[in-house]
Amino acid sequence: MTRIFGVLGLLVILYAVLFNTHERAGSLSNLIDVANYQGRYGLITLGAALVIIVGGIDLSIGSVVGGAAILFGVLMMDGVHPYAAVPLVILFGSLIGAANGLLITRLRLQPFLVTLCGMFIIRGLARIIAQPSPYRGTVSLSNVREAHAAFEQPLLSLRYYLIGKSPSDGELLFPAQFFLLLAAAAVIGFFLHRTAYGRYWYAIGHSELAAKYAGVNVNRHRVTVYTIGSALAALVGVLLFLNEPSIQSDNAGVGWELYAILGAVLGGCSLRGGEGTAAGMVLGAMVLPVIENIVNFRGEKSDVIPFIVGMTLLLGTIVDELIRRRSRMYR
Amino acid sequence: MSTPRLEVRGLRKQFPGVLALDGVSLTLAPGEVLAVVGENGAGKSTLMKIVAGIYSPDAGEIRLDSQPVHFRTPAEAMAAGVILIHQELNLAENLTVIDNLFLGREATRGGVLHLLNRTAMREQATELLARVGLPASRARVRIEFLSPGEKQLVEIARALGTAVRVLIMDEPTSSLTQRETERLYGVIDGLKNAGVSILYISHRLAEVKRVADRVCVLRDGRNAGELSGSEITHDNMVRRMVGRDLRQFYPQVHRRGVGGAAVLRLKHVRVAGRSAEPVSLEVRAGEVLGMAGLVGAGRTELAEAVFGVRPLAGGTLELNGQPVQITAPAQAIAAGILLVPEDRRRHGLILPESVGFNLSLPNLDRLSSPWGVKRRAEAELHRTWIERLRVRTPSAAQPTGLLSGGNQQKIVYGKWLARQPQVLILDEPTRGVDVGAKAEIYALIDELAGQGVAVWMITSDMEELLGMADRIVVMHEGRIAGELVGQQRTEEAVMQLATGGRTR
Repeated sequence: MTRIFGVLGLLVILYAVLFNTHERAGSLSNLIDVANYQGRYGLITLGAALVIIVGGIDLSIGSVVGGAAILFGVLMMDGVHPYAAVPLVILFGSLIGAANGLLITRLRLQPFLVTLCGMFIIRGLARIIAQPSPYRGTVSLSNVREAHAAFEQPLLSLRYYLIGKSPSDGELLFPAQFFLLLAAAAVIGFFLHRTAYGRYWYAIGHSELAAKYAGVNVNRHRVTVYTIGSALAALVGVLLFLNEPSIQSDNAGVGWELYAILGAVLGGCSLRGGEGTAAGMVLGAMVLPVIENIVNFRGEKSDVIPFIVGMTLLLGTIVDELIRRRSRMYR
Repeated sequence: MSTPRLEVRGLRKQFPGVLALDGVSLTLAPGEVLAVVGENGAGKSTLMKIVAGIYSPDAGEIRLDSQPVHFRTPAEAMAAGVILIHQELNLAENLTVIDNLFLGREATRGGVLHLLNRTAMREQATELLARVGLPASRARVRIEFLSPGEKQLVEIARALGTAVRVLIMDEPTSSLTQRETERLYGVIDGLKNAGVSILYISHRLAEVKRVADRVCVLRDGRNAGELSGSEITHDNMVRRMVGRDLRQFYPQVHRRGVGGAAVLRLKHVRVAGRSAEPVSLEVRAGEVLGMAGLVGAGRTELAEAVFGVRPLAGGTLELNGQPVQITAPAQAIAAGILLVPEDRRRHGLILPESVGFNLSLPNLDRLSSPWGVKRRAEAELHRTWIERLRVRTPSAAQPTGLLSGGNQQKIVYGKWLARQPQVLILDEPTRGVDVGAKAEIYALIDELAGQGVAVWMITSDMEELLGMADRIVVMHEGRIAGELVGQQRTEEAVMQLATGGRTR
């Protein structure tokens, strides 16, 4: 619980700084904008955190986000209806997660290596399918609308319900992506904290062997968790496509796996596995978008962002380790 | 008496919530073996850790050869010749024996590069290993391939490589076979003759009787008596440890003994990775089947194959006359075949998680509903088993790792007993468990067998084997070397079979 208060305190401070940065920073439209970013970012954090809880790591998340966004665009350009394309893209993500999980459990390969390979392979695939003539490395909402007039209405609806952008003028009305995050976090929190699944995941993360000796099907649960993680990343790919004017195959989602891991760790997940809460994951994921927003309003170049992110995580890690040492005083 | 090698006076140590030591004193002469006994929580470990520089005391003093010492780190204690050999051994598993022997004090040829002088180390290693009775050929083997007994001997050899004055051994025989234990006694005698003083901590009182010159009993962080020579008897020690008489240490109140119907039958079973003859075996209702054998005889492997942790290479299993197929622990558990594993810290428990978490873990199938785990039923299960097994814990929310060994072991039993076992496989059921909890566990085993549970108990503790088993099966190199019932159940007969029938 102390860990949640830590990240909560950090958020309060960051929001206070944000409100004092610029008069428009506290405006409703800006807060909705930040919340949407937090939602998108939180969804991949949930996936990364689950994988971390069972003692694994997923480095392919960012590429799955990019790959899913490209695939979504390409499918629709090829005439697949948007309502059909969304589940197809999420299925694509699930299959990648399942493949990662099977390679890790059946062949006993290291998660770091398997998902590092996945990171390159999926990024490569995204660039290959977006390479030919109509795309030239880019897919975009407007291209799809031009190519298929019939998709106009479904796309506007998707944009409204998933992103919160008005069908008439594209204005941001409400933080739909943040609501999606809350819904996903509620479902994952239920499984994590209220059902046998969560118990098994924590058990596997702490001690795979002891879980096995207690009759837990360790391999099946690990595959499940990688599958959920990648499916969430694919969903975020869809959101990204709907939100952005255009998607470039070589940079969409690059580095996001690290942001997701960072959010999970800030939210109280231990990279050793077996620790973390759904509420913590949401709070952890909310940190980075606020920092970026502050930096933008201060008019500083975005060049400082990596430095600030790195320092925040380092400080968080140090504070966390100190708290941990205090509570370990017994024996 | 000459000047004591080690003198401890009025040692006090307070932990948050617990007064671990409350004025403990002891002396240790050169070349003497002083056993420190007491139940878990009596303060033995804290005392040892203070002497070895891991903790610093709140009050009291320690003198080494009459000089007051204040060790702040284990390294300082080691430099002064005080070495602690941990219960959980402290060897680098991925390095060879020779690397471990010289870890941190490698012989070098000098110069800026500190080139290793391998010849010198090899020669010295051969000598050190000979002193603990290990062949020189073991020097290049990686630690992970050694048996627990051999690892223990390597730890001692490493201590011998330094100018050791006081050697502290914490449960040195907990993972050793009878033969390895005998070898250890020989090594201890050698150390005594060389003038090394030994502080020896053990739960196994028979062993204390064998090795100790004097015994210091601790109870609740205080001295509870000292015994020497002929006063060192099992009863004397137990009485001082628990402050009362312990009757019925190995009870046989509920059991009918041999003669029940076969519950689990192993037919020509072969364990993958072992080429020995197939094993056939019966575990019967209402009896305690004891399984003896040296470490490495294949007892644990056989039990793990039956439980589904490792694959069976051949043969069949029958439960109550019906064939059963077991390829994963979940299937064994569903069939009512349950295993209390040998290494409870690695296989039996999720130590960072709570007592309740561990009790629930294998029972979640019964505690679940579409709305999640039924919290009331779960709390009921926790309360029932914490009470029935008399687990000493502040609450079900206490992290399991903070409990004593005996209480941890009770949790492992509790999580299975909630399922009404048919066959209970106990692999070293009381390893690292204090005397009081041991008696409770034996009473529990007796009660379960009395209820018709078929108990299959693997043990390397001869007292426990002879005290508890109604029937004894001895394994040797992966096969069954023989079965002993009734009057045949003697230590000599077990050792004969366990060592392959050769007379010792």
